[in-house]
Amino acid sequence: MNASLISLEISVIGLGLVLMLADFFVPAERRRFIGYAAIIALGFLLAFSLSGNGSCSITGTAFNGAFINDGLSLFFKRFFIVAAILVLFIAAEFADRIVAAAEYYSLILFALAGMLFAASSNDFAMLFVSIELITITFYVLVSFQRSKLASLEAGVKYLILGALSSAFMIFGIALIWGTTGKLNFTELAAVASQYADSKIFLLGILLVLVGLGFKIAAFPFQIWAPDVYQGAPAPTTAFLAVGSKAAGFVLLLRVLFTAVPAITTQWANLLIVISAITILYGNLCALPQTNIKRLLGYSSISHAGYLLLGVAALNANGQAAILYYLGGYLFTVLAGFLVITLVLRHLETEEIAGLAGLNQRSPLLAATMTISMVSLAGIPPLAGFFGKFLLLKSAVEAAQATHNNAYYYLVFIALAGVVISMYYYFGVIKEMYWSKEAKDLSAIPLSAPAMVTAWICIGGIFWIGMFPNVLLNLANAAALALKI
Amino acid sequence: MTTSILTYIWGIPILAALALIVVPRNYRVPIRAIAVLATLISAVLAVKMFCDYGCAKADDYGYRFVQQIPWVESLGISYHVGVDGLNVGLILMGAIVAFAAALCSFEIQSREKEFYILLLVMSGGILGAFASLDLFFFYFLHELALIPTFIMIGIWGRGDKKNFATFQITLYLSVGALIALIGLIALYLQSGAGTFDIPKLIEHIKATPISTSAQNFIFPLLLFGFGILVSLWPFHSWAPLGYGVAPSPTAMLHAGVLKKFGLYGLIRVALPMLPDAAQHWANILAWLCVGNILYIGWVTMRQRDLNMLIGNSSVAHMGFIFLGIASLNLIGVSGAVLIMIAHGFLAALTFALSGYIYQQTGTLQMSDLGGLCRKLPFIGTALLMAAMAGCGLPGFANFVGEVTVFFGSWKAFPTITFIALWGALVIGGVYMTRAVRNILHGPLPEKWNSLTDANLWRKLPYALLLASLFVFGCWPRLLTEKINPDAEKALSAYKMQVTSAQSSVGHQQLANVNK
Repeated sequence: MNASLISLEISVIGLGLVLMLADFFVPAERRRFIGYAAIIALGFLLAFSLSGNGSCSITGTAFNGAFINDGLSLFFKRFFIVAAILVLFIAAEFADRIVAAAEYYSLILFALAGMLFAASSNDFAMLFVSIELITITFYVLVSFQRSKLASLEAGVKYLILGALSSAFMIFGIALIWGTTGKLNFTELAAVASQYADSKIFLLGILLVLVGLGFKIAAFPFQIWAPDVYQGAPAPTTAFLAVGSKAAGFVLLLRVLFTAVPAITTQWANLLIVISAITILYGNLCALPQTNIKRLLGYSSISHAGYLLLGVAALNANGQAAILYYLGGYLFTVLAGFLVITLVLRHLETEEIAGLAGLNQRSPLLAATMTISMVSLAGIPPLAGFFGKFLLLKSAVEAAQATHNNAYYYLVFIALAGVVISMYYYFGVIKEMYWSKEAKDLSAIPLSAPAMVTAWICIGGIFWIGMFPNVLLNLANAAALALKI
Repeated sequence: MTTSILTYIWGIPILAALALIVVPRNYRVPIRAIAVLATLISAVLAVKMFCDYGCAKADDYGYRFVQQIPWVESLGISYHVGVDGLNVGLILMGAIVAFAAALCSFEIQSREKEFYILLLVMSGGILGAFASLDLFFFYFLHELALIPTFIMIGIWGRGDKKNFATFQITLYLSVGALIALIGLIALYLQSGAGTFDIPKLIEHIKATPISTSAQNFIFPLLLFGFGILVSLWPFHSWAPLGYGVAPSPTAMLHAGVLKKFGLYGLIRVALPMLPDAAQHWANILAWLCVGNILYIGWVTMRQRDLNMLIGNSSVAHMGFIFLGIASLNLIGVSGAVLIMIAHGFLAALTFALSGYIYQQTGTLQMSDLGGLCRKLPFIGTALLMAAMAGCGLPGFANFVGEVTVFFGSWKAFPTITFIALWGALVIGGVYMTRAVRNILHGPLPEKWNSLTDANLWRKLPYALLLASLFVFGCWPRLLTEKINPDAEKALSAYKMQVTSAQSSVGHQQLANVNK
């Protein structure tokens, strides 16, 4: 076994432990800097992973094939590190509102480690361990504001439903292991087609999908998302929306396309139906929302639906489209949560009305939020448009290749979703620029790191939208790792 | 490869929009000056491009002023602009209307900075869409231009129906654009060419045509997707209300320029790439035109509000263009392109004039107005000329286009042409003259004694648009000699014998008309 394959993960866990220790030595008023130190350290890790040295140049497996380093895992590892860096920036702005800031940072890093393991898991045991590492860390992160009832309530809801879905998943894994005797994805792929008629085996896969569906908040396992998004501290919600969802998708891709490809091809209609309902549910429920975090919770459900459309397409272009879409989604969602964190910091409510007059209070933040909402709505020239274009293209391609008209219905439902979503995304923009009910028009103080984060997000959204070539090539290369 | 003049024509308004972001909002004069100047430069460049068209060298596919930069190689998307006879006039018209719209934006008094940014994005986006020879950019830039329309109507719209109108127009146009997008994606995938480049796609499809069943699936997506964007009956109800509510620069740009995108898309993309399906659907399209021409004509007669009347009449005019496209012959399609250009100027002119009257009087209810010609001699005369151009008076560009369309469609659909002629000549005449009588003639109500006519500066956009209508009305050859060869190329997949026989007759008829 080559231990250097997991050097990234070990570094992240080590960094998390160092941060906890640093808490003893850093005076309370300097806690913010622990966050910046973590950002710099992660920046080095990102540069290291991009340089193509060490673990990132080696493709191979470790722990008897349970851990795999390939194009797909590398794509997602970079993705998660970028997400964690931006979330730490947001968390640093949030730090004055929580008691133990250093613990908060290190928990983010532990969740990141779980995501890195998830990107590399090639075995049901590894899958379960990494998912638990993510989820358990998030139980704490969600309920971190102990003094706030909403935060505690969100934590309890997430705990109960998360534990339930874990139970389903472990039951599913047990059924799969019981019928086939395999846990490793590669080994399972070789024998899966023999068990295509075994009801117990299929039930096992279905239960694993239930567990993953919970992570990505797909219908009908989306119930937790709005409550938890609303109650959790804003940086946690941001990380939940981006990191946890992407981790769910990388595992979903691995399970569906490397472990049981023979079964997946028969489940196209199931995936289509789930995708369609998720899109409609998320968009329709977002319409009447007045709380901005809850709105983004529903919006995140609908985006899970769009991403599932790429899964349902069952082709390499669909998978590449998912990766591309997630890349754009990362900057878009984090831009939104950055603004929410900064603007609503001093407000008791998190109503959309709290954003009123933002255009006059801070033009940069208003522009950031506008670009984020416009990109989520999928309007050119921003990242969301090209991502949706790729997803729709893959679905039409699937329809033409398989002559399955259900894909066309799915495409039209996705279009209906896009049109519906414009209403509530533009509602947010309208509030910022044209609301007449702004009470507080004082300027919002912006720290230098916050401005840097805003510009990184804006730059990322425009860059991905206007020069899609680089990210698309990376996504295409990463999708090669999948069997279908 | 050097930068094409087309890149400047659409790029300058976009750059100006970016520049406006950093201008502080209380610098009102510089904001206006930048917007007007940017659209002026773009219009001057468009005129230069139009004049140089004849001597510019055409590339292998027959496009001039071409520029191509790869964008996403793995999908075959490239930034590719160029003009041929089909879009050269449209770009000229779009740039002139954009300049006129920027001049007319003086009526906007609040949040000017945002308004001008949106106006410039809209102008640049749609000019880019017309110049684009890449299917992806063609759609992408139109969508870029479309979104500002919704925002402008939602924010600066007038009247108590503002919210409903915004809601309706956003819903209709987004749905239309997205349906067309699916059609374009399906076309791209079905062709198997692996490129979004329009000339290459057409060539590829000529060599290996798409199966008829696939064509019959894709064509309605494009027809109805684009049709919704162009207010094809019965998907038209967003248009009159939307235009009635919109601030006049937005209505000018949308009714004049943006709306032509769907028609242009049909001629540029659907006709040459899906010939079998086009023949199959032509009949249905022709009957839908009757809905536009006759039914909407009727609706127009009943209007009490000037803007609703103009909005409805612009929907009715779209019927003539669709009829020209449905006739699927050279004369019809050339006529359709001619009306697209003529109607662009005309719609912009009428909405600009109604905007002026609204700004002066605060109402567009025709029963409240009357005798305005005495107080507003220039505006009144311009409105009269616009109304006459609208019902097809010879001397204005609309007449040439409509006559050409009728020559073309007579061969294909005599019955429908007969009905349409009636709609054009009688119904159009009735509502236009009635509007003129109610607004301009008769006793002047006491309350309108304080009205003032446009000053020299404000006259400029109206004069410019009228002059354009007049120039192309008297010398349609400026356009037809450019349009005809390329319309013929776009239709080369259809039965040759019909086209060539008609084309010689048509040329003769056109020459007679011009005399």
